[in-house]
Amino acid sequence: MSDSAHPAIHPAPTTFIRKWVFSTDHKIIGIQYYFLALIAVFTGLALSVLMRLRLAWPTESWPWLETIFPVGFEGGVMSPEFYLAMLTMHGTIMVFFVLTTAPQGGFGNYFLPIQIGAHDMAFPVLNMLSFWVTFLSMGVMFAAFFVAGGAPISGWTAYAPLSALGEVAGPGLGSGQDLWIISIALFCIASLLGALNFITTVLNMRAKGMSLMKMPLTVWTWFTTAILALLSFPVLLAAGILLLLDRLGGTSFFIPAGLVVSDTVIESSGGSPILWQHLFWFFGHPEVYIAILPGMGVASQLLSTFARKPIFGYHAMVVAVFAIGMLGFFVWGHHMFVSGLSPFSALVFSILTLAIGVPSAIKTFNWLGTLWGGKIRFTTAMLFAIGFVSLFVSGGITGLFLGQTSVDVQLHDTYFPVAHFHMIMGVAAIFGIFGATYYWFPKMFGRMLHEGLGKLHFWLTFIGVNAIFIPMHLMGIMGQLRRYAESTEFKFMEPLQPYQEFVTIAALVTAAAQLLFLVNFCWGMFKGKKAGENPWEATTLEWITASPPPHDNFGGRELVVNHAAYEYGVPGAPRDYVMQTDPPLETTK
Amino acid sequence: MALALAILIWAIVLASVVLFTGEFGWFPPQISEHGDAMDAQFNLTLIVVAIGFILAQVALGYYVWRYRDRSGARAVYTHGNAKVEVATVLITAVTFVTLAIIGQRVWIGLHLEDMPEDAVQVEVTAQQFAWNFRYPGPDGKFGKTATRLINDQLNPVGLDSRDPASEDDVVTLNRMAVPVNRDIRLTLRSKDVTHSFFVPALRFKQDTTPGLAIPGHFKALKTGEYEIACAELCGLQHYKMKGFLMVMSDQEFEAWLKERAEF
Amino acid sequence: MPVAIAPPEVKPEADREDRVPEPGGPGGGSGSEGGSGRWGDGGGRRLRPDSYQLGMWLALASISMMFIGFSSAYILGQGTNSQWRAMAAPPFVWINTVILLASSLSLELARRAPAATELKRWMTLTCLLGAAFLVGQLWIWRLLGDQGIYLSGNPHSSFFYLLTGVHGVHLLGGVAGLATLTARAWSSAPGVPARASLNVTALYWHFMDGLWIYLLVLLFFWR
Repeated sequence: MSDSAHPAIHPAPTTFIRKWVFSTDHKIIGIQYYFLALIAVFTGLALSVLMRLRLAWPTESWPWLETIFPVGFEGGVMSPEFYLAMLTMHGTIMVFFVLTTAPQGGFGNYFLPIQIGAHDMAFPVLNMLSFWVTFLSMGVMFAAFFVAGGAPISGWTAYAPLSALGEVAGPGLGSGQDLWIISIALFCIASLLGALNFITTVLNMRAKGMSLMKMPLTVWTWFTTAILALLSFPVLLAAGILLLLDRLGGTSFFIPAGLVVSDTVIESSGGSPILWQHLFWFFGHPEVYIAILPGMGVASQLLSTFARKPIFGYHAMVVAVFAIGMLGFFVWGHHMFVSGLSPFSALVFSILTLAIGVPSAIKTFNWLGTLWGGKIRFTTAMLFAIGFVSLFVSGGITGLFLGQTSVDVQLHDTYFPVAHFHMIMGVAAIFGIFGATYYWFPKMFGRMLHEGLGKLHFWLTFIGVNAIFIPMHLMGIMGQLRRYAESTEFKFMEPLQPYQEFVTIAALVTAAAQLLFLVNFCWGMFKGKKAGENPWEATTLEWITASPPPHDNFGGRELVVNHAAYEYGVPGAPRDYVMQTDPPLETTK
Repeated sequence: MALALAILIWAIVLASVVLFTGEFGWFPPQISEHGDAMDAQFNLTLIVVAIGFILAQVALGYYVWRYRDRSGARAVYTHGNAKVEVATVLITAVTFVTLAIIGQRVWIGLHLEDMPEDAVQVEVTAQQFAWNFRYPGPDGKFGKTATRLINDQLNPVGLDSRDPASEDDVVTLNRMAVPVNRDIRLTLRSKDVTHSFFVPALRFKQDTTPGLAIPGHFKALKTGEYEIACAELCGLQHYKMKGFLMVMSDQEFEAWLKERAEF
Repeated sequence: MPVAIAPPEVKPEADREDRVPEPGGPGGGSGSEGGSGRWGDGGGRRLRPDSYQLGMWLALASISMMFIGFSSAYILGQGTNSQWRAMAAPPFVWINTVILLASSLSLELARRAPAATELKRWMTLTCLLGAAFLVGQLWIWRLLGDQGIYLSGNPHSSFFYLLTGVHGVHLLGGVAGLATLTARAWSSAPGVPARASLNVTALYWHFMDGLWIYLLVLLFFWR
């Protein structure tokens, strides 16, 4: 440390509160976000396990569950309203507090400033504020479990007017739904603050020599994600304000005139349910990319690092990330082909949607190109990155079915899209998070995770998620509808029961395998092998500093970036990797 | 490790191919005029998807095994190849856009073509958690309805008896009869929240959005009884919201309608 | 009150960020000028000079998207809702508009003021005008209430309350920011608030001004 030589760099806080709780250090905030996501992901996972139990054995009684959930499990059988509440909360928690929070708020916060050679974010106080608003938002969301009527049953999409009418339309649609909306609104604000911080940091805080085209692809994906968040979350916020006013202010933005719910006439001056869908999906589709883009960045970083090769087609990758992000704003209508959308606009949305396949194909092709001719090191992180590519292909390519108007008619709202989006924005994104965790854990906590345990975790998870979600596509083809508490009421779904059981068993095994991760994580934090500065022999800036990095990231060093992000296997270089701050090669010769 | 991963990825490919080509279940048999074209488009897409899926996954498995770290020289040092990138863009763009355009034919037939005048009219009114069907009766005209007249037991769609056109309207609950080989023109409505009218055998799905009267049409080619399910989350008993579509001969249909009218 | 969950946005935050009682950089003037790079939080961290300007522009982009969301809802409702009854513009709205425009003018005069005393005076006037606008808005709402026009009455009145309400919350944030700067200007020894924060606040304030004009056009002239 050379604090005296560089008085400009802000001093580290000393009190516990300022250091660990209300910290403005992006690294602490990143870890805070990560732990928040960890709590959320295990909650969401538990909810999905409960749902799977009911789907596989709808009449089976589980008395021990009644002791835990006296309200939802009367007689040991999950009630349909509890099922729908689980479903809503599973979706909401996973999409917002895991898939949006962990890759962007967690890893993005921690590593974006370090990877561009900055001492911190552009607005550290704002950064702290973003986290605490997110925290508050999660508290409000979890509170929905405990209010009278329970959590809302309207799904994570909260389609109006079901979500707008209040308890007359079903249980959980009273204060549970209010809390849901307030939580989402808070989350929007937190995400906006975070997004503008990320963008400003990337544009303004790069170290000397860190040109845009020398940035790691992770930074590019966080940057693009921040742009998507900045422009899409305000629209969800607007929708949330309108919905809350419909519920509490007596307006009728989403409630059409002339509704009769259980023989009760609803007062309304005429609104549009389709409007909710437009606003929601205008946010909702970019949100899918908010979840998956950072995973793409991580996959690129890991494949290049562990194949010991520069990323194949760096410029094409940057362009593809941007193309996916920007096209994502013009395809929301493909969620609404059967909503009563104008058939003409459906045609346009369909063609634009399939166009997203092009940059996605580029990404896949370039990942394969990166592996080609490499010297692959099979670390756990690399296994998850390879798994990411495989899942990205499996999950992404089925979008070709759903993006077509005529094919979507039959598949819409069946398990087919459920399988599709779980595979891509759920599991693939989670694989990105896992890959990032195994890769960056040594930097964040100064200790290594256990590789053997990690690999076991990978094998079980990779086999497990394929066993869950590939058969689910077939179930969708056979007609299994989503958001059904059980599939015993319809003849055409009868043959599906064995599949339900198979998927549930696969899900139970996969969920259990996540305990390995938890054990590994806890063990690694305290007992793991000490990590050096650069355990993976990687090139980007986070690996030139201590593990964990000092408060100002680089100990007052002045950084000069001389090399592109992924210079592995450079002929004539002394090592098989050239770090970004290494002196130019001519002088070392 | 490398070989195990390669084999696993290939096994996933093999299992997927077996699952999608074997006798593990498929779409319910289809009975509508437009259904064959829809299924054909699905199958065409399946072929394109299968080629892409198999190529990518097999290559991934192969590269993982082939380029595992073996002692010796460094990795190949390359930053990519612009020509190959451009070729990928062109091939995928042409394939996907062609696919999208071919797929639109069915959609256009379903939504943008005029119906013949003599189509049988049925109005579908969804509610939590039942299906109401209304036939215009001999006058061929739907009578007026009013929200305030709605009563789930006595007058589920709120028919206004002062309108002469409403007198011969036939309203049924959860059972919808249609004549075989005739064009059916639907008007889809909802009383409360958004539902979705889904008949798997018809390859027909359309949300019933409250406040809108959404048109739809189909022609059933095979007599029999088929299930109608709700496909959009509508509340507690969404999973129980069941109706039946009964496709029958012209005579049977007339008789059925007459019976209901007298009732 | 439609306002509880509208975001106070980043304005007050940006202020807090650069609470540096230094005379600031070389000069007031157009928005793109910056200080000497020493006005960052923590006093002298190596920020490029225009971080706050950039952050503010991004915040404004975000706020714009929210109002685009509301606008599309408005246009859809106006086009498709048969129960839409347009209300007439309350006459007091025009007086309020003049007050808001005047506040922008006085803020601009403050920004260009050569001497600290003048700056303080103009800023105080801006604050008062901003507060007057907000009070005027509440007054308009009350007058409308007396006429029986409420949030829940008709789609058009719902939108009037919604849009003016959300705008009002944003403006409240702006007034809070301005008031902080003004108080600092009166109390701190050098007598001049950091020019940079003044410039950022002015950017926000003028945007809110323009947004107000846009909303009036949307509500009362868009047909």
